[in-house]
Amino acid sequence: MSDVQTYAPGTHPDLPPPPNEVGVLAWLRQNLFSNWVNAGLTLASLALIIVIVPPLLSWFVFDAVFSGENRQACEGAGGACWAVVTARWNQFFYGLYPSDQTWRLNVVFVGLLLAVTPWLAPQAPFRRALVWFSLAYPFLAYWLLAGGLSLEPVHTGAWGGFTLTLVIGVTGIAASLPLGILLALGRQSSLPVVSMLCVAFIETVRGVPLIMFLFMASNMLNLFLPQGVQFDLLLRALIAVTLFSSAYMAEVVRGGLQAISSGQYEAAQAMGLTYWQSMRHIILPQALRTVIPGIVNNFIALFKDTSLVAIIGLFDLLNMAKAIVTDADWQGLSIEVYVFAGIVYWIVCFSMSRYSLWLEGSLDAENKDAA
Amino acid sequence: MSGAPSTITAKEASGLAARLRDPRVRGAVFQALVALGFVALVLFIANNTAANLAALGVSTGFDFLNQPAGFDISFSLISFEPTDTHMRVFTVGMINTLFVAALGIPAAMVLGLAMGILRLSPNWLVKRLVGIYIEIVRNVPLLLQIFFWQAVIWTLPPVRDSIALGNAVFLNKRALYLPKPAFEDGAGLVLLVAIVAIGLAFLAARWRRGRRAETGRAPYPWLVPALLMGLPLVAILAMGVPWTWEIPEAGRFNFSGGLQVPDTLVALWLGLVVYTAAFIAEIVRAGIQSVSKGQREAALASGLTQGQTMNLIILPQAVRVIVPPTTSQFLNLTKNSSLAVFIGYPDIVAVFAGTSLNQTGQAIEIIALSMLFYLVVSLSISLLMNWYNRATALVER
Repeated sequence: MSDVQTYAPGTHPDLPPPPNEVGVLAWLRQNLFSNWVNAGLTLASLALIIVIVPPLLSWFVFDAVFSGENRQACEGAGGACWAVVTARWNQFFYGLYPSDQTWRLNVVFVGLLLAVTPWLAPQAPFRRALVWFSLAYPFLAYWLLAGGLSLEPVHTGAWGGFTLTLVIGVTGIAASLPLGILLALGRQSSLPVVSMLCVAFIETVRGVPLIMFLFMASNMLNLFLPQGVQFDLLLRALIAVTLFSSAYMAEVVRGGLQAISSGQYEAAQAMGLTYWQSMRHIILPQALRTVIPGIVNNFIALFKDTSLVAIIGLFDLLNMAKAIVTDADWQGLSIEVYVFAGIVYWIVCFSMSRYSLWLEGSLDAENKDAA
Repeated sequence: MSGAPSTITAKEASGLAARLRDPRVRGAVFQALVALGFVALVLFIANNTAANLAALGVSTGFDFLNQPAGFDISFSLISFEPTDTHMRVFTVGMINTLFVAALGIPAAMVLGLAMGILRLSPNWLVKRLVGIYIEIVRNVPLLLQIFFWQAVIWTLPPVRDSIALGNAVFLNKRALYLPKPAFEDGAGLVLLVAIVAIGLAFLAARWRRGRRAETGRAPYPWLVPALLMGLPLVAILAMGVPWTWEIPEAGRFNFSGGLQVPDTLVALWLGLVVYTAAFIAEIVRAGIQSVSKGQREAALASGLTQGQTMNLIILPQAVRVIVPPTTSQFLNLTKNSSLAVFIGYPDIVAVFAGTSLNQTGQAIEIIALSMLFYLVVSLSISLLMNWYNRATALVER
């Protein structure tokens, strides 16, 4: 027993922790196998992953065909036929826009990115110039899209694909927020006539599906107008989508207005501010800030809802996808086409939701700094 | 806009200009203007509409409801012939819309609740998988998902090579075929007994809750399930099982007999359930997270098991947060069922606001009736929810 080393009390070097308390093993134990139920769930999930992921991957990538003239190019391949996407790329994004004019749409896309920058990132450089640009952007975009003034005119019937989805989505978003704020203020107003009208509008719109409004826009809106005045199909769809979304926006904003303590209203009044001044400088900045997540959720819902305009015969991204599915050259490739369209929608909506999360986080941090 | 407080100037000065600064006068004037503008808009629209309709030669009124429809409806729970009236079309459409909602809501609730709870599971892998499901489904348009499900159904084998489950359930690209019960005499009595049993079970559950509140112990734990299952079972046996199953049979080109669920209904149902469940899952997660951590810790410290903590402490408190937004998801599901028109499931929008409108041209009447239907559904669900909210609201001390 001479090789047993002895230590004076307190001098023994620290032993490493037991191996299943640290590192990978501990993480596995805590997160995946903490008890029998958990272990069962883990094994079931693993089984699910093993069953689903490899075939999905080989369908998506390894066995897929990425280019070709028509669906014969994909015969014999076990995977997806992405050739349809590469061959019809222009239709997916530009619709039936004249192919020598698509540069105009690219300018519109890039311009949109510039125009939203000052609103999304208030710290961006050249903010003042960008704000002016984004105020001018709607006119610029309309000129580029529709033509005229030395550009070849393109009728709205030829707008389609992702471009049209973006036109409807962005216009709807930009128009429904101010309208929704007005409706929310009206609903909270102390003037009974105003609040009754707003409540009636909001509740009617929220009780009825968007399709009914699109039907109304396509079948009835022109009946409402003086004889001889006809609204363009796209304009009618824009009106329906905007009015529909503004009712939902109003309810979100109302939530924010109700969350502001009555002391704020009273203090603004005591300072001698008029109704509009107190709303603009005191109430709305605080109210809107608290409901940013709800507002962005509405933006996402609106963007997804643009897919319903197919019902009145507009060829947005989804309807264009549907048209490509029925194309004789590419028949039977519906899953590939819908998956691709889904990925495009997903990228836009997911980025919006991530942006809202980031904004929420940075606002929280700001509040903590201020406190 | 002057920043001066308007009430002071109104007191000091006189005359019309000053009176206009009185907030009450101002409010009244503003409201009168708004009301006037609204009435003018309504008159303008009514006037234009009347002129346009006269120019088109369309007569207004609801007489068309009694005219024969002249088209067939591919799926209907009640009998329908092309000679039936547009009123019958309206009824079939309403029933079909409510049918898909009734099938979708419980399924979405169950799936959403399960996903919401799994999203909070301590298991890392499960949490991530559920998260992926939610993030994919919530960020893709529902209509696209319905198209996708329909495309998936179309990859199923054709009628000749249907997938069979035990020679009673068949699935192919056209439809899902289920055995259909054919009721005989005595089935009505069984139904009556079942309804009575549900009522009795409800009363018994209430009595047990009362006893638990009084004594801390709820007697006869078997009472409620016994009432709920036992009574109808006894009735069924006493009546000698008053129904037979009509099993779908493969014909040369199609199946005959049984219950045929068309592919459109399956695709619509799948789309609605998978989509709505993702939203419900997020609501459930937020509801559970809204219960303060101390509640859970206190429950565990008092010696309750994990399951008891969830059932007795967390969920009852979370339910108050979960129910209102979930109800509006149910409403959304019902409204979203209108997407049926895109894939050809004959809901109210497809057959009434679609086909009937095209046949008769009575746009205003038909759209008004369809909107009325949706408004009545929304309103009744809202009323039900308000009643529930009052019943479960926290009584503050």
